[in-house]
Amino acid sequence: MRLEPREHTPLAARLLAPVAAVVAALALCALLVAWTGAPVLRAYGLLLEGAAGSRFALTETLTRATPLILTGLAAAVAFRAKLWNIGAEGQLYMGALAAVVLGGGMLDLPAWLLLPTVMIAGAAAGGATLLGPAVLKVRFGVDEVVTTLLLNFIVLLLVSMLLEGALKDPMGMGWPQSAPVVEAAELPKLVERTRLHTGLLVALGLSALLWLIDTRTIWGYENRAVGANPRAAAFAGMPVTRVMLRTALLSGGLAGLAGVIEVCGLKGYLTLDLSPGFGYSGIVVAMLAQLHPVGVVGAAVFIAGIFVGADAMSRAMPVPNYIADVLVATSLLCMLVAGLLTRYRLRRG
Amino acid sequence: MTSPPIVLRLSGITKRFGPLVANDSISLTLHKGEVLALLGENGAGKTTLMNILFGHYVADEGSIEAFGQPLPPGSPRAALAAGIGMVHQHFTLADNLSVLDNIAVGTESLWRPRSDRAAAKAKLLDLARRFGLEVRPDTLVGDLSVGERQRAEILKALYRDARVLILDEPTAVLTPQESASLFDTLRRLTADGLAVVFISHKMNEVFAASDTVAVLRGGRLVATRRTAETDREELAELMVGRALKPPTPAPLEPGEPVLTLSGVTVASGHGRPLLDGVDLTVRRRQIVGIAGVSGNGQTALAELVSGLIHPDSGTMALKGEAIGNAEPAEMVRRGVARIPEDRHAAGLVGAMAVWENLIAERYHDPAFQRFGLIRRGAARAYAEEVIEAFDVRCPGPDARTQLLSGGNMQKLILGRTLAHGPDLILASQPTRGLDVGAVSYVHGRLLEARAAGAGVLLISEDLDEILALADGITVAHHGRLTPVLPHGRVSVRQLGLLMAGHWEILPEIVDAA
Repeated sequence: MRLEPREHTPLAARLLAPVAAVVAALALCALLVAWTGAPVLRAYGLLLEGAAGSRFALTETLTRATPLILTGLAAAVAFRAKLWNIGAEGQLYMGALAAVVLGGGMLDLPAWLLLPTVMIAGAAAGGATLLGPAVLKVRFGVDEVVTTLLLNFIVLLLVSMLLEGALKDPMGMGWPQSAPVVEAAELPKLVERTRLHTGLLVALGLSALLWLIDTRTIWGYENRAVGANPRAAAFAGMPVTRVMLRTALLSGGLAGLAGVIEVCGLKGYLTLDLSPGFGYSGIVVAMLAQLHPVGVVGAAVFIAGIFVGADAMSRAMPVPNYIADVLVATSLLCMLVAGLLTRYRLRRG
Repeated sequence: MTSPPIVLRLSGITKRFGPLVANDSISLTLHKGEVLALLGENGAGKTTLMNILFGHYVADEGSIEAFGQPLPPGSPRAALAAGIGMVHQHFTLADNLSVLDNIAVGTESLWRPRSDRAAAKAKLLDLARRFGLEVRPDTLVGDLSVGERQRAEILKALYRDARVLILDEPTAVLTPQESASLFDTLRRLTADGLAVVFISHKMNEVFAASDTVAVLRGGRLVATRRTAETDREELAELMVGRALKPPTPAPLEPGEPVLTLSGVTVASGHGRPLLDGVDLTVRRRQIVGIAGVSGNGQTALAELVSGLIHPDSGTMALKGEAIGNAEPAEMVRRGVARIPEDRHAAGLVGAMAVWENLIAERYHDPAFQRFGLIRRGAARAYAEEVIEAFDVRCPGPDARTQLLSGGNMQKLILGRTLAHGPDLILASQPTRGLDVGAVSYVHGRLLEARAAGAGVLLISEDLDEILALADGITVAHHGRLTPVLPHGRVSVRQLGLLMAGHWEILPEIVDAA
């Protein structure tokens, strides 16, 4: 067996690849579900119902998808420029830190001014966190996979230190959590009596905006050229270093914004379990979307649905909700294979 | 006299890559003690055929017999076991291992705890002595010259008891003198009963080294001749399919200098500088050719004039105006058209559309953007014009660039840079890997630009190309350049000596000129 490059990948194949990957992942995980002794079809039925079977389920899925869209965009933007940002988790927490510091009563501003300020500050905090590794990469060739990954732990320890110290809520009954953000810094609800908030609109708007920048502006043009062939881009006279740093700010900023929106839209205050790995799941989202900014939305909703649905399923059946993690990871592996098959064809002999 | 036994028989080999037929039912035989030259233009299918023989590709049709036994397709291991050895155009040696380790690697069992280096070394030295392939077994390959690396490659094949040796464009990286020594080695090998296939597109090598010549054109075997019974004209016509007309550049009066380098040195970070006190002047209506074996500073010179690197000392001036550390965009703005050495890696972004590549050097131009928004309509219309003017064969401006053939990619680059009336053209290996039609197109465009008043700096490893085009020739060796020698005053033999570093003959050439 050998792989031969395809001259041309039809659009249908690119669209079908994630679908095929998801189907393959569901089929593989069916074996695990069957192992627990639960009926496979009923389990998946409950999962689907839990993810999208009611108004409540749907809004929960979209609430869960909101930060995933943003971290997915963060990963997609960076990966397209071949900047391997594994640190979205840490950048998210830096954004959240900025949100509770500025939105916790330090600034006395009306909501229309306070919210954008907090968002920009959170994005700046996330961007600045990635800027360091990016500068080290372009200046000294330091591997950003290592630096961004390890920064996650440093940021988490920093947050932990602050939550036990300077930022600890005096009214928090001793729990390591920050004081809640003021009301003016809260994102309005999108649907009454649910947890779904307007952060979703911000995420959707950014997805569309990034797609427009990508295809219509010289910024996006430079980004794509540098991502696809930095040597040719440099030869043609494009500012490769500047593009890399710009990309780092953007990617880190999107992850930071995810942190702001989780705090201001959903939780209200900062704890150490603000994110159940949204930063890492964003990588899966971006890969499933084949790094396309609009595709990220679909992939994020899918993955959020798996997590929310698996929770519901595990309450009704003896299948632990860890199946969601396995499903997501298997989807990523299947997607990598599917992506390979859209670019190459298998030949026997 | 009975003819010697057949060692290799290819029957009806056909290989298709998508719509392209790279080999079209080719049948060949090779006899013991014979040197077969496989002659053909770039893209004629020579390398594909040899890759099938060596098992890198699987033929769609046809079969191969080695020493009377059928050779299983698609297995380099089987080819090696059958006694077929291949020396690739791009060497497959590990720089950080010694010559001996490179040669012995892969021949030892994985399960043996210790390799028997003494025996391996003795075998290697014995082979080297028998065939006059002088090597230093314990030297790191990274420290060898190109000629020595090639000898190591040949020894690697012989070490595995090859009885048939395939050499892919073996002289491309050698000086004329090193080539002569290679041919000498080939004669010793055939005297010992080996058979040799060597791939070439150079006529004089065919006559210097082969017994039989097989000519490929467009994937077909068009003729097989005894070398002694044919001549250059016949082979050239067979190879190209029509009588060749070499370009005849009309002599022009050179104008004022467009590029002046004075004492330019570029450090390499370790050891010998990449460029070492280079002085060079290129004038309008003049083509200056840089000859030299690859790796003697040509790449650094090209990068310097492209704006990718900057002199550590010395100065560079364009049109008499000293420029500091100009970046690529600045060089484009100052009227330098740059044709890069590696069009895939440095010239074009393969994943992007043709129109996107065509505006890559001037996308900031108000013609192509307003307030940072790309004027896609204008850019596409511009691309259509360039595609038309430079005869780029592609489905349209939206086609993905990596689908174009090498020749059309090069036309795309020419269109991108030459459409704006440049003052200086840097042409770095402008025809490497192109077919004969594309080569003559590129040459025509360069001569046209020269007549229109541009100065051309032509860097090429193909001496014939330099001899065909250049008004003045300079030779690069170890990062230094000889003075520009007027074309016609210096012989190929003298150029070969200069390329090998024998600069002591310079005074006699300069005096004669």
